[in-house]
Amino acid sequence: MIARGSLTAQRLAGVFLLGWALFNYPFLYLFNRAETVAGIPMLYAYVFAVWAALIGMMAWVIERRRDKP
Amino acid sequence: MLQGWVIVVCSIAYLGVLFAIAWVGDKRADQGRSIIANPYIYALSLAVYCTTWTYYGSVGRAASTGIGFLPIYIGPTLIAALWLFVMLKIIRITKTHRITSIADFIASRYGKSQLLGGLVTVVAVVGVVPYISLQLKAVSNSFTILLHYPDIVMPAHSAAVPVLQDNTLYIALILATFTILFGTRHLDATERHEGMVAAIAFESLVKLVAFVAVGAFVTFGIYDGFGDIFERAARVPRLAALMTFENDAAHYGSWTSLTLLAMLSVTLLPRQFQIGVVENVNENHLRKAIWLFPLYLIVINLFVLPIALGGLLRFPDGGVDADTFVLTLPMAHRNELLALFVYIGGLSAGTGMIIVETIALSTMVCNDLVMPGLLRQRWWPLHRERDLSGLLLGIRRGAIVAILLLGYTYFRAAGEAYALVGIGLISFAAVAQFAPALIGGMFWKGGTRRGAVAGIVAGFAVWLYTLLLPSFAKSGWLPAAFLHSGVFGIELLEPQRLFGLSGMDETTHSLFWSLAANIGAYLWVSLARRGDVVETSQATLFVDVFRHTQAQVSTQFWRGSAQVGDLLPLIGRFLGPARARAAFERYARAHGADSLDDLHADADLVHFAESLLAGAIGAASARVMVSSVVKEEPLGMDEVMNILDEASQVRAYSRQVEQKSRELEIASRDLREANERMRELDRLKDDFVSSVTHELRTPLTSIRAFSEILLEDPRTELAERKRFLGIISAESQRLTRLVNQVLDMAKIESGKVDWQNTEIDLRVVIEQSAAATQALFRDRKVALSLELPDEVPLVCADRDRLIQVMLNLLSNAVKFVEPATGWVRVRLSGAGDMLRVDVEDNGPGIRAEDQARVFEKFRQGGDALTSKPQGTGLGLPISRQIVEHFGGRMWVESEPGRGATFSFTLPVCGPARAGAQ
Repeated sequence: MIARGSLTAQRLAGVFLLGWALFNYPFLYLFNRAETVAGIPMLYAYVFAVWAALIGMMAWVIERRRDKP
Repeated sequence: MLQGWVIVVCSIAYLGVLFAIAWVGDKRADQGRSIIANPYIYALSLAVYCTTWTYYGSVGRAASTGIGFLPIYIGPTLIAALWLFVMLKIIRITKTHRITSIADFIASRYGKSQLLGGLVTVVAVVGVVPYISLQLKAVSNSFTILLHYPDIVMPAHSAAVPVLQDNTLYIALILATFTILFGTRHLDATERHEGMVAAIAFESLVKLVAFVAVGAFVTFGIYDGFGDIFERAARVPRLAALMTFENDAAHYGSWTSLTLLAMLSVTLLPRQFQIGVVENVNENHLRKAIWLFPLYLIVINLFVLPIALGGLLRFPDGGVDADTFVLTLPMAHRNELLALFVYIGGLSAGTGMIIVETIALSTMVCNDLVMPGLLRQRWWPLHRERDLSGLLLGIRRGAIVAILLLGYTYFRAAGEAYALVGIGLISFAAVAQFAPALIGGMFWKGGTRRGAVAGIVAGFAVWLYTLLLPSFAKSGWLPAAFLHSGVFGIELLEPQRLFGLSGMDETTHSLFWSLAANIGAYLWVSLARRGDVVETSQATLFVDVFRHTQAQVSTQFWRGSAQVGDLLPLIGRFLGPARARAAFERYARAHGADSLDDLHADADLVHFAESLLAGAIGAASARVMVSSVVKEEPLGMDEVMNILDEASQVRAYSRQVEQKSRELEIASRDLREANERMRELDRLKDDFVSSVTHELRTPLTSIRAFSEILLEDPRTELAERKRFLGIISAESQRLTRLVNQVLDMAKIESGKVDWQNTEIDLRVVIEQSAAATQALFRDRKVALSLELPDEVPLVCADRDRLIQVMLNLLSNAVKFVEPATGWVRVRLSGAGDMLRVDVEDNGPGIRAEDQARVFEKFRQGGDALTSKPQGTGLGLPISRQIVEHFGGRMWVESEPGRGATFSFTLPVCGPARAGAQ
């Protein structure tokens, strides 16, 4: 299973690294401001947007592979 | 007004629903129609991660730290992305070795060590039982708050209830019953608890819906959307501060350390291990759960901040504990139904955690603490008991009750003390101590038992000193001086500023020191001395779980002699004699032995028996028990290393060989298929040639016979002569027709026909064919009638070919009906975008078994032996080929004695079809 799905596993590892970077200093620092985006504090908006994007990417990586036999 | 009895009835009704779901789940599992065998239920059940600490506590944390609560859920999201590396491997190892708990896993990895299993169990119980208390406290608090509706009174200010009137005790007892009923049905812990999982998945759904409902109520009911809440909160300086981080290293540090802590906890908490690994039905469910579980987490966190800010705006004076906002906000707005629903949601979050955690802990306590202890007792002749399965179940059930009562007692004792309130993260930090031994052991063969013990002991001790004891001190159970000056007044040993390390929050501080001590000791001791034989072989089996064919390798590490007569009773004592016998018989059948007597007690069987036993009493005890009845010859370290070396060399070679043989296999399969195709074609050709020659010979024979008569007997009378010549002429014509049709057939089959496609009116085709065969019908006195609609769509086809088809059908029909009484009817009808032609007759009909064969080449209706052939046997096959070429279909319906109807369809001319052609 590892061998067959290794590309998927590696892509997911990529998602992990991306998430780890985006959810830590200094990226977090960039968005740690008192301004708001569409009425929502920028830090909240950033965290939830990144979070949702990560989940979307994980779903995409996993479900995509199933289409092909 | 919410009466107390309403709340009680609702709670009991809810728990009743849980029982019902679990009961149905177990029933369905027994019938083999599992309701939990899909990734959605699996992902939902994983959400047992979200306890009341999430449900009520997240809002509380958010109210004091802003987004500081989020790492607890971001961590699991991140680690989920690595599940294909970590979780999948844990699941595979667990299934291969029939592991029953995280203690069993670690014990098994390090040479099936009883010491390690017991150690892990102790750490888990100390770390997690207070967490169970926290759930009971949350349930109890929410009940008390709801009871005072519509007033909002904090539980701390309400009068304490005596134990026997405390409904929390009854909830604990009901949960104990539930856990015993659905958690200890079988002995074999690797047999999953499907009913329990179904109930947990349902609980996850309830708490999610309840939380989202209250979130939506606060955000859109009380306020005017997210923007509105944030805008109002921004005007209050204290709340505005919650919207950003303080920009210092400590805050980023604790954010990161919490993320890491949550990543470890979601893998290592006993309940997560139970649900995610032991109860996993199918490895493939993990894939979908990788994104479904984080999806659940983000949804349940979406409204935490709005509720926290909404609560702080509504209760600005701090009289209401932020942990209760989820419940008190609907209450403050007099929405009693929603408040009740929120309470049920909290109940589901609490009970879900308690049930799973208790099952997991009771398995550990039984297998890794009590059983090894009992097996050691010399005074109790355990080996004389014939059936211990009842005792085992009793121990497990006792453990469940004990754990729940322990949790309840701690809850009563601790009350509002810090030691209980802060237990969430303290508990996480305790189970994080398993990480080096477990994760290290899975990927690094060098980790040894001594290393693992040293790591866990060191980590646990530091955790105790820097996190748990200080929480006791803050609760007033230890002198406060302990916090500030440490033991013996040595300032360097100050528990929460160990060696002077300051500027971190207490969890980060403890996590840093405990993991440093843990990893350090684990590596140092592991590297200092090599592990023994069993450890080394187990290490290989764990680390290379995806490479080995497990059965082969694990038996390589065992040498000795055993008797089936010893093993079977041993297993029977723990599993029950009947179940053990059944399992052995299954094994015997799978290995080609007719009965148990024929079974050879080889390494394979010993391994099978041991893993069977491991499912019931844990790997460590199983090993002790099995080695008590078999004579094992210890393998030397050199031999083990040799096996491993060989294994790794063989692996390298075998990978290459595998690759090559896969390629070869593919190539030879292609060749085989091509050959198959050619042979089939060859056979068809032979069949065809022999049929053709046979058909040609019949007319030739009669031509030859009659011409020889004429040649040899010149005195034949003129009338006779004429008759013979007539036969010769007719047979020659038949021969010509046959040859033409064979050529025709060959042309169609090879695709060399020049199709003249035009738009044609089928009515015209039918009328022309009828006219052409008119003479034939008149000669045989057969009536021909046409039923043609007034208007039909055109079809795209070759006119001459269609006339050929019609002529064939008509001449067939007229040939087979009785003269004088026979009739033939042609009907044209349209259905959708197809036109249909039926040619019906009242002839003798075709037997059902012949109906398909009339379309085969040279097959004719009727018995070829008794009746004289009346056609060439190619007319219908050609007709069918023609119709199919134009995208239609041809078939026959008939009942013997009632005539036959030959029908075909043709698609109507349309732009789509023209394009397709």
